[in-house]
Amino acid sequence: MTIQLMMDGREVIAENGQTLLDVTQRYGIVIPTICFHPATTPNALCRICVVEVEGQRLLQPACIVRAAANMKVQTRSERVMRARRTILEMLAATVDLSEAPDILAMIDEYQADPQRFPEAHPRYVPIKDDNPMYVRDYSKCVLCWRCVQVCAEDAQYTYAINFSGRGYETQIGTFFDQPIPETTCVFCGQCVGVCPTGALKPKREALLEQGLMPEQIVRLNTGRRRRT
Amino acid sequence: MSEIDMRSLWKAIEGYIPLGRSGLLPALHAAQGLYGWISEPVAEEIARALKVPLADVHGVIEFYSLFYNRPAGRRVVHVCVDPACALCGSERLVDDLCAQYGVTPGQVSADGEITIERSPCLGLCEHAPAVWTTGGDRWWIGAPGSERTFPPSVVYGSVRWLTVHCGNGTADLARYGPYRGLEKAYQMTPQAVIAEVKASGLMGRGGAAFPTGVKWEGAARAEGWPKYVVCNTDESEPGTFKDRVLLLDDPHGVIEGMCIAAYAIGASRGYFYVRGEYPYLVPILEKALAEARAAGYLGNGFDVEIRLGAGAYICGEETALFESIEGKRGFPRVKPPFPTTHGLFGKPTVINNVETLRNVPIILERGAAAYRSLGTEKSPGTKLFCLSGDVGRPGLYEAPFGITLRELLEMAGGVDGKLQAVLLGGAAGAFATADHLDVRLTFEDLRAAGLPLGSGVVMVFNDQRDLRRALLRLAEFFAHESCGKCYPCQMGTQRQVEILKRLVNGRWRPKDRQRLQDVGWTMTDASLCGLGQTAASAVLSAMALWPEWFE
Ligand SMILES: Cc1cc2nc3c(=O)[nH]c(=O)nc-3n(C[C@H](O)[C@H](O)[C@H](O)COP(=O)(O)O)c2cc1C
Ligand code: SF4
Ligand code: SF4
Ligand code: FES
Repeated sequence: MTIQLMMDGREVIAENGQTLLDVTQRYGIVIPTICFHPATTPNALCRICVVEVEGQRLLQPACIVRAAANMKVQTRSERVMRARRTILEMLAATVDLSEAPDILAMIDEYQADPQRFPEAHPRYVPIKDDNPMYVRDYSKCVLCWRCVQVCAEDAQYTYAINFSGRGYETQIGTFFDQPIPETTCVFCGQCVGVCPTGALKPKREALLEQGLMPEQIVRLNTGRRRRT
Repeated sequence: MSEIDMRSLWKAIEGYIPLGRSGLLPALHAAQGLYGWISEPVAEEIARALKVPLADVHGVIEFYSLFYNRPAGRRVVHVCVDPACALCGSERLVDDLCAQYGVTPGQVSADGEITIERSPCLGLCEHAPAVWTTGGDRWWIGAPGSERTFPPSVVYGSVRWLTVHCGNGTADLARYGPYRGLEKAYQMTPQAVIAEVKASGLMGRGGAAFPTGVKWEGAARAEGWPKYVVCNTDESEPGTFKDRVLLLDDPHGVIEGMCIAAYAIGASRGYFYVRGEYPYLVPILEKALAEARAAGYLGNGFDVEIRLGAGAYICGEETALFESIEGKRGFPRVKPPFPTTHGLFGKPTVINNVETLRNVPIILERGAAAYRSLGTEKSPGTKLFCLSGDVGRPGLYEAPFGITLRELLEMAGGVDGKLQAVLLGGAAGAFATADHLDVRLTFEDLRAAGLPLGSGVVMVFNDQRDLRRALLRLAEFFAHESCGKCYPCQMGTQRQVEILKRLVNGRWRPKDRQRLQDVGWTMTDASLCGLGQTAASAVLSAMALWPEWFE
């Protein structure tokens, strides 16, 4: 069954059950997303995809809200733009986005000012380099949750990582901060695959960036895996 | 960890093993009661016993402020520094206590004896400055040396419907009398009970003012088994202490309300989710539940369990509360689906505030029409107000809906000094001024005045108080309590604190006004749950009332 609704003043058609985000993709309307990933259960937590729906007091996340007949949606109203811009500005003051090209492009597009918040306390964490497969640089982590999700029910059921702290101090972490080789991690690499910001990076890539030669990397990697 | 130690751990957590993951918070409480904190081997043992992944157990310990994964003092002194207590010198008290024991806040004394902590609102606002001391599985109201294990109730009112048994210690079943409302309900069909509650016009008292009968109807109609009734006893909104008084003094009034709700929707299980800072409610509730079982009100098709939280305001949000009972971090879920169809353990659930449930037996016993004899057409019945701050007699006040703010303040002995502002609704509320004194306290009048009723907080500030400091403290509360799930609130609560610090320290920057507003509106508009959606409410209301402070 199909439904008709209005999006940015034009009539669009949706299949029953489609999200607003699904609908936009068919019509070339661009809604930014950060946490959304087709392979993970949507949590609607980054809120960058919010849109204005007539009759709703609050902005609605397009990645999970389903299209309904006769809905009137604005994807770029003033309120929407303010929310997106402010979220991006706060993110730039919190996280090292240097290796998150998609988010950097959004900052440009929404004319967000990365210096908007002077004296903001960034979420700085020393790099964790404790296993032969990947490096964890959580100063670059935007807390999209994807790595935790693929490590758990969304893919691997290994449950090696979860959260520590709460609120602004939230971080991705292991049991009592144990190094990865001591955890249940099976080095499937799925977390690295879904990370959008370079917070999780294959070890080889990290070493190449540091200027090491491939043969040096091989030497470094041997004999360091200590799972018991 | 020695063999002996492990044996006592197993003894302490054994009873929770059949609960699986849902036994995690109870098991962590039991372990901490034993050792004072939760070490790595203890956490590992609990994970193994309950079959919960190690990383998840650690994630849960990290989420809740009252769980310690490094050693804490044998006594932990929690000093409330939220606005009502700050007005009564709680920061000085923190300094004095720290000096007395030679520690800084959060530090363990050299002999391992004591830790002094700044705490969010303890729900003891009428006894400000509030202090609560814990040690293993024991607790005291007041600093170390206090013998008091529960707070006294201070109850007034122009009418005593909800508080009829309050102010004289705990009413046992003999004093409370038979569950007449429940007996009346049993003579009706569940549909008729729901119709009666709808006819009464009862609105939820937990803050969102949702019609209770409509909520029950949704859960009654929902497919799924079992169904649950949850009493939201997380009361953590700064300035709120009404639910604590109701349950300490009159637990049967609330249990009877739960029994009626269970009958109406066909629920077989109920829960009290009690905030971690109210452990003294647990023995009172246990005894009352035992009395209700012995009298046959519970145990034949419906029974109630108690769960204790562990220091997280967000767990008062209904879906975060479910996650917490399920043994997880208290992250709110996206809605829809709503609790009436997908609540606790994914099953149809009615969750109501303590005060809401206390109204239910009164409605059933007297009938909806008689219930409507007090209050207004749109706000029937009576309301509990929590008065604190610069007011003659802080305490719990019951009054019919429709009383004006002026009359309420007069009933409470008037303002100490000259009125500057009243914070209505708590941290998530907004400021009223002398211009609002004649506003009638009803859902409809307050909405028209752009003010929230929230949980019934009436916190009074005289003209000697620096409200900018109070704003900063409210902002710090939200930053401390944000769960961190969604971006607007996770980062917005932190940015709000950073900007307000400049306001208080006289380092205000030219564009801070716009920054503060953009952060506030973004949190309000785009956050995932009610915490972020209201985290800027008091700040935005102050900006509208006193624009000159923000120039
Ligand atoms: C951050 C947050 C904290 C809350 N805390 C409480 C609480 O402590 N007690 C409560 O009854 N409701 C609280 N609520 C409201 C609940 O989510 C829910 O609406 C309420 O329990 C429903 O009961 P009612 O319909 O009887 O009001 C809170 C909501 C939010 C967003
Ligand atoms: S490490 Fe990467 S995938 Fe994991 S939460 Fe952070 S940004 Fe997302
Ligand atoms: S609004 Fe705040 S408390 Fe609610 S989900 Fe978002 S971060 Fe968590
Ligand atoms: S993409 Fe929709 S909330 Fe993140």
